[in-house]
Amino acid sequence: MRTSTWAVVGLSFLAAACGSNVNGSGRTLIQNKGSDTLVNVAQAWAEAYSTVDPSCAVAVSGGGSGTGISSMINGTVELANASRKMKEREFAAARENGVDPVEHIVGFDALVVYLHHDNPLESITIQQLAEIYGDGGSIERWSQLGVTMPAGTSDEIVRVSRQNNSGTYVYFREAVLGKEGRYKLGSLDMHGSKDVVDLVEKTPGAIGYSGLAYATEHVKLVPVSPGEGQGDVMPTVESAVDGTYPIARPLFMYTAGQPTGKVKEYLDWILSDVGQRIILEKGYAPARHF
Amino acid sequence: MSEFNRGRRTVPGADTLGSSWWWDRIAQGVVFLGGISAIVFIVAIFIFVAQQGLGFAIFELDKGVFLTSPEWRPTTEPEPVFGGLALIVGTASVTGLAMLVAVPFSLGAAIFIGEFATGRAREYLKVLVELLAAIPSVVWGFIGLTVVNPLIIDLFNVPVGLTILNAGVILGLMAAPIMTTIAEDALKAVPDSYREAAEALGATRWQVIRQVVLPSAKNGLVAAILLGVGRGFGETMAVLMASGHSVNLPTSPFDSVRALTATIAAELGETARGSEHYKALFSIGILLFLVTFTINLLADVAVRGRRKRR
Repeated sequence: MRTSTWAVVGLSFLAAACGSNVNGSGRTLIQNKGSDTLVNVAQAWAEAYSTVDPSCAVAVSGGGSGTGISSMINGTVELANASRKMKEREFAAARENGVDPVEHIVGFDALVVYLHHDNPLESITIQQLAEIYGDGGSIERWSQLGVTMPAGTSDEIVRVSRQNNSGTYVYFREAVLGKEGRYKLGSLDMHGSKDVVDLVEKTPGAIGYSGLAYATEHVKLVPVSPGEGQGDVMPTVESAVDGTYPIARPLFMYTAGQPTGKVKEYLDWILSDVGQRIILEKGYAPARHF
Repeated sequence: MSEFNRGRRTVPGADTLGSSWWWDRIAQGVVFLGGISAIVFIVAIFIFVAQQGLGFAIFELDKGVFLTSPEWRPTTEPEPVFGGLALIVGTASVTGLAMLVAVPFSLGAAIFIGEFATGRAREYLKVLVELLAAIPSVVWGFIGLTVVNPLIIDLFNVPVGLTILNAGVILGLMAAPIMTTIAEDALKAVPDSYREAAEALGATRWQVIRQVVLPSAKNGLVAAILLGVGRGFGETMAVLMASGHSVNLPTSPFDSVRALTATIAAELGETARGSEHYKALFSIGILLFLVTFTINLLADVAVRGRRKRR
């Protein structure tokens, strides 16, 4: 009696740990967690998929790429969303727990440099961004970029950044400051993609980076140039797809091992024309042409 | 039968194992559990925090760097830096400013409620103060983010309004109600005979308060302030939203800072369990635990001092 009880407990634990589990009503539940950048589209996918396959429910939660990846390492989710690649150290930690994460690119995102609506700056180069955000960088004032701020606005650049384990933070560091680059301390570190845009909207001297999908008409999107005199590229879905926009990044979903069963069906549907149309509608670039 | 009731005084007719005997036993057990639950929880929390972070804090964390370096770079590759000075200074500066705001407000309110207000006005004021204490901290943080932030930018012509000033004022308003309540209790504990004696000697109302009531309530007032400090130190959400959350050694109230508590709240969710970063955050937790423990202990000693003199 006792042995069988423990066996049941152990089995259900195992089922929860390694793959989709079937809940009481016979529906398969897929846990999907991670990137704050991806959370909106992940929710849209989950909602649309509930009509495609009513026997499968997808539970989506955000929290950031780091949250999703550590849940994948701990074996508590079937699908982890991430706006950055998993680090080698994280792969090793997952393998130690018996999880072998497999990477899938589900879309692309242009990382937009946001400014206050009244900021007259016309374009910015990657080098200038590095001087603004990087440790030891020399640009602290808007006048150093050759712009005169409107009367009554402080000339000081207010750097808006992200908390130090978000995927957006890590990607921006690699793309702008270099792989071992360090951020200048003293930035306002926001706890979400939307918070960055909200703060920039209310702060005249602010600069911030966040996903294209979070753009509103109350903030200014500044074109980014890969280098001095190399032409400015406006962040759009098209420029993210064709690779001309210099800070566009792939968006990932990780599965524990090669996907099987319901998880595979869901992932295939995400990469189908229908799924890719949804990510496009949400303001991201699709993973493939359709 | 008698062995069950040994050493107990029982009402006549209750010395049988009837339902009232059982109810008595059950009530006793429940009250006992409630009584020791605080101890059980505090010990459990302490063991948990210590188990997660104490080993790291003692053997691996470079305490010299942690206490003197303002560089909090827990995710920098290849070598993370765990410097906590900016966070400690951030928490201290916000709490300090909060006390500058809260102490005059709360003591003034306590004196008014305790000594001047009468009847209806007094009851209304007490209810309102308690209502103020019931506002959730995330609402305070939201006020700081959406109301105080643009206000500070406009009033002082500074680049950003998420600063020590913003968080300090918000935190001061949050800490004031609890300080008012405790300070008012301390004033109420001063026997009326003291006031009557002073008035009989011809003291004015102000003289009574300043020279008789406040000195005899001193310990209770100190306890109220210390508990306010503890509240400020441990507050997380409002400070996270209003302070700017920026690793920075401040030079003026218009600088953004980052608090110890806010750092844990913002980063713990995304760190892999058992990693260095995770343990470093728990080390911050241990530091916070020690500081609030000390503050509460001091407040307790202050209150005891008051009772002993009675």
